Amino acid sequence: MEAVLFFAAALGALGGAVGVVAMRNPLYSVLALIVHLFSLAVLFLLLTAAFVAAAQVVVYAGAVMVLYVFVVAYVGGDVESAWEPIPGQQFLAPLLGAAIFVELSIAVLGSSLQALDSHGPHVSAGFGNPAGIGKLLLERFLIPFEASSILLLLAAVGAVVLAARRRAEDAGGPSERFAREERPPSGDSSPTQQRRVASEEGLPAASGGRT
Amino acid sequence: MNVEWYVVLSSLLFAVGATGILIRRSPVVILLCLELMLNAGNLALVAFSRMVGNQQGQVFAVVVMVVAACEVVVGLGLIVAIFRRKLPLDVDELRELRG
Repeated sequence: MEAVLFFAAALGALGGAVGVVAMRNPLYSVLALIVHLFSLAVLFLLLTAAFVAAAQVVVYAGAVMVLYVFVVAYVGGDVESAWEPIPGQQFLAPLLGAAIFVELSIAVLGSSLQALDSHGPHVSAGFGNPAGIGKLLLERFLIPFEASSILLLLAAVGAVVLAARRRAEDAGGPSERFAREERPPSGDSSPTQQRRVASEEGLPAASGGRT
Repeated sequence: MNVEWYVVLSSLLFAVGATGILIRRSPVVILLCLELMLNAGNLALVAFSRMVGNQQGQVFAVVVMVVAACEVVVGLGLIVAIFRRKLPLDVDELRELRG
């Protein structure tokens, strides 16, 4: 029973991963990643990590994937062109990936970990449940816990700063004070010029590649 | 199932994610492949935590999840900022920082 469940979940995880890489439309890649994450949650449950599995489903499949779907819908699911800047990239990259897999497998299976081909020790029923993980997080790992909360706060603030709409670029028309601040006589000209040059350089190449 | 099955599966998933990062050029899909690699690491952590029989590896996996969420948020913010500037969403076109 456990083996059947493992292979089903492993197949789902692998299929989802390959789907993320192979799908041409980014929206389908996101959907494939959701399949992958749910299969991974099943694998975590098989490893008696109930809290990690629940967090996986809630945090990833619930929150992060919604963010991805919104961003893909916002920027538009552009299908990638088949143009490749490095010749043979589509062929060489899977070769390199296979090399990484073989290397990692040799490193892991060649290590002299005795317990690796065992089931693991017998654990009590409460292993990996929220109570146990929470106790560890709030007692032994309190400082990493607080540090990760600060990291989350910084990431949220940083994302708002990065993605915030500049008021001068807004179509709604800038306010007087802001317009004066945004246009100093000399300092502002060079970055905008550079940006315009960059976009003019980039866009024909992109459209040339897509046709 | 023995622990080595999980570890081999995790290295396979990591390799698939690395291949995706090498092949794809859309920043959104590259972030998705990064997620694949982080999740492969998580699977290995949880598998080894089961092998040793204590829960600290699972705490580590939760922290990795937090870091992954932060990375996604900042990355998607960057993508939205790139899109707002009307720059192409293609990592081979965005090369102003190349030395």
